[in-house]
Amino acid sequence: MLEINNLHVKLEAEDKPILRGVDLRVAAGTVHAIMGPNGSGKSTLSYVLAGRDGYAVTDGTATLDGADLLAMEPEERAAAGLFLAFQYPVEIPGVGNMTFLRTAVNAQRKARGQEEMSAGEFLKVVRDRARTLKIDADMLKRPVNVGFSGGEKKRNEILQMAMLEPKMCILDETDSGLDVDAMKLVSDGVNALRDAGRAFLVITHYQRLLDHIRPDVVHIMADGRIVKTGGPDLALEVEKNGYAGILAEAV
Amino acid sequence: MPVPQAKLDALAARIAGLDLVRGGWAGAARTEALARLGAMGLPARRDEYWRYTDPADLIAPQAPRAATFAAADEPPVFDGIDRLRIVFVDGVFDPALSDDLTLAGVEIELLSSAGQTDIHWAREVYGVLEARGQTPVQRPLAALNTAFAAQGVLIRATGRAARPVALIYLHRSETSDAILHHCIKVEAGAELTVLESGPAAARFNKVMEVDVAAGGRFHHIRAQGRDHGRRAATHLFARLGAESLLKSFTLTANGVLTRNEVVIELLGDDAVAHIAGAAVGDGAFHHDDTVFITHAGQRCESRQVFKKVLKNGAVGVFQGKILVKPGAQKTDGYQISQSLLLDGDSQFLAKPELEIYADDVKCSHGSTSGAIDEVALFYLRSRGVPEAAAKSLLVLAFLAETIAEIEDGTIAEDIRLRLHNWLERHGR
Ligand SMILES: Nc1ncnc2c1ncn2[C@@H]1O[C@H](COP(=O)(O)OP(=O)(O)OP(=O)(O)O)[C@@H](O)[C@H]1O
Ligand SMILES: [Mg+2]
Repeated sequence: MLEINNLHVKLEAEDKPILRGVDLRVAAGTVHAIMGPNGSGKSTLSYVLAGRDGYAVTDGTATLDGADLLAMEPEERAAAGLFLAFQYPVEIPGVGNMTFLRTAVNAQRKARGQEEMSAGEFLKVVRDRARTLKIDADMLKRPVNVGFSGGEKKRNEILQMAMLEPKMCILDETDSGLDVDAMKLVSDGVNALRDAGRAFLVITHYQRLLDHIRPDVVHIMADGRIVKTGGPDLALEVEKNGYAGILAEAV
Repeated sequence: MPVPQAKLDALAARIAGLDLVRGGWAGAARTEALARLGAMGLPARRDEYWRYTDPADLIAPQAPRAATFAAADEPPVFDGIDRLRIVFVDGVFDPALSDDLTLAGVEIELLSSAGQTDIHWAREVYGVLEARGQTPVQRPLAALNTAFAAQGVLIRATGRAARPVALIYLHRSETSDAILHHCIKVEAGAELTVLESGPAAARFNKVMEVDVAAGGRFHHIRAQGRDHGRRAATHLFARLGAESLLKSFTLTANGVLTRNEVVIELLGDDAVAHIAGAAVGDGAFHHDDTVFITHAGQRCESRQVFKKVLKNGAVGVFQGKILVKPGAQKTDGYQISQSLLLDGDSQFLAKPELEIYADDVKCSHGSTSGAIDEVALFYLRSRGVPEAAAKSLLVLAFLAETIAEIEDGTIAEDIRLRLHNWLERHGR
């Protein structure tokens, strides 16, 4: 599904390399986790895949089901099935959460040549999915993420994912800021979407999330590269011993 | 201080071709206005409140030519609203295009015909509120209007108006120079909505005086037409009695030069005045909101909410003042003026002012100027919303606070649609 080869990225403004040869293959139906020290480039990777400005790809490729992601506009990547749950979800004053969701759903449908969802149908689906994530009617009415608590913002990301039904879901520290119950809600939300045609890339610092969302593969990222790849046990090792041993071994 | 000769010369040249309507109850008011005008002369760039806007085209002897414009891509604004229509073509009342002027709860007359009687309620309003609004800031174009206006409407609401009254201004001649003067009296406990739409003329000088008695409610929503070459100087003078309410919203989309002045006097206690404006300009567009709100009564509330979206060299001006008089305790005054500059060529000039002579008041003002939020734009695009649509959504969100000042949902929706359409036409 997602294939990244030798991806090198630097900041456009400065000559500062951040990703220095990332290789990653995520097959349909699997869940991959990425862990790694602060500043190792995890969010940068997710932003570059989603198409954020400010980064320059100096080498390498990234494809989604064979299509060149890096040549697409952000909205085209979304329509192609890519979704990023932001580490820091953005507040948009003046735009209602509901309007936002509906505009996004219908824009993607239009891009794929599908018919728009009727207002009634949309309302039904969104209420239903919001309920499972314990997002109340008031949060749907309020401007996007404005005045939401940290955990509410993260749940709102998962609601968007549930509505858009992307095939490649990247979750950037969706667990941070969540209380124990919310962590369960979010994990259930993710697990409900797991199927053979969909893949997940879960960026996290903690094993705790991975207790709920069982990954098939765990990667360790350091200094702009994937330095180690293993099974679920790798996350347990990080939890127990930190990164020092793994990094020493990688050098 | 003697009036500079240049101002008097400009005045002489400007009024040379105008006729003073004599006689009737309005005769004295017109003569007095002419005297006021003679003591002021016409505005000049050096005047404190004309620094950001060049009055040259507004005071020139002839109206600068302006091509007329027919919008084929959308129905006229407010078309879907059940209203009583009063149509002026190039500043002249058109009975054939207008509805019958009878409306439950309201008396409607034309200045051109009712101005000749000896006694009329409008005598307490015509030129009276304008004259009150001449201090401390002079407004010569309004005095000129009072002196020379031969056309306009006189509306007196005595109850709850059954429908909104819509003043529709059509522009048919490329050289028309229109002067309209409206007087509106909302009697105690009455309620009236007035809609205004259309470009009116190549050059338009309009004064609306509104006297709202105790407990009266007045709603005003206007959409200044899309004719790109038109110029307009408008004044809204209002006096509010105890527990009365006035809400005024203006949409301006294009027009080469627009100066909208609003002068409000909160005279009774517990009165409320909300003035809002949304202006969107692309290219040769100069839009000026000049607002002066005086709090004289106690516990009054005023809000000024002005937002402008500017691109391709468009210029926006906001000059807004809140004056709290001695004794106007518990005043709640709020003022915000913001611009969204869609490129580096556009410009926003703001002069917010507070002058407070009471000690127990709450007043705030803020003015900002900024570009579109790139992070929010990326967030929307990452969810699949195409760039142009995402920008429109953010621009509409920026303007939302002004539209929120329109109480009627259907009218608000119509205004929102106009803005949406404008963004569709000018967004890319
Ligand atoms: N726009 C930017 N300007 C300056 N530095 C940046 C920018 N974006 C990323 N960086 C730098 O690039 C490096 C990688 O950052 P990134 O956010 O990708 O790390 P991360 O692995 O997600 O860290 P964390 O675990 O703390 O979220 C950091 O050193 C960061 O400071
Ligand atoms: Mg990060």
